[in-house]
Amino acid sequence: MQLARVIGHVVATRKDDNLVGIKLLVVQPLTAERQPAGRPLVAVDSVGAGTGEVVFFVRGKEASFPFYPVEPPVDAGIVGIVDHWDVG
Amino acid sequence: MQLARVIGTVVATQKHRKFEGAKLLLVQPLNLDDTPRGPSLLAVDGVGAGVRERVLIVLEGRAAGEAIGQKAAPVDAAIIGIVDHVEIDAAV
Repeated sequence: MQLARVIGHVVATRKDDNLVGIKLLVVQPLTAERQPAGRPLVAVDSVGAGTGEVVFFVRGKEASFPFYPVEPPVDAGIVGIVDHWDVG
Repeated sequence: MQLARVIGTVVATQKHRKFEGAKLLLVQPLNLDDTPRGPSLLAVDGVGAGVRERVLIVLEGRAAGEAIGQKAAPVDAAIIGIVDHVEIDAAV
């Protein structure tokens, strides 16, 4: 899992049937020092995250597990909203 | 998932049987500002996308197979949505 900030969202009317009703958010991965790290990506939301929030997301097929038994074809999913974190 | 632009179609008569009936498109991954990013790649189409459309692609094997209704398909990229628009909050 990785920390990220939600920076936007994607609207797609025509999409896979199993994606209907699922929010698509643009996230920017962050370092532990809150700096942007790497490229932004699109992740599905299963926790009610919104723009500006710091979240953690999972990559891979596991991103579809929160929607079980529906299996949306996704490779990244937000699975938590971070309240705070401390380093060292 | 990543944003990408459909830039072409691919025809391959001889291919793995799991590809039968699947449309194969050439897509160019994009940055958020619509500039190209990295090499173009082949993706199966699960939504009826066409050339020049901006799409959402999944880059993971099992998910890509599900997009075309196939288990254990030898694929690693699929188009799962056609993008209407992307909103980025510049203040964040």
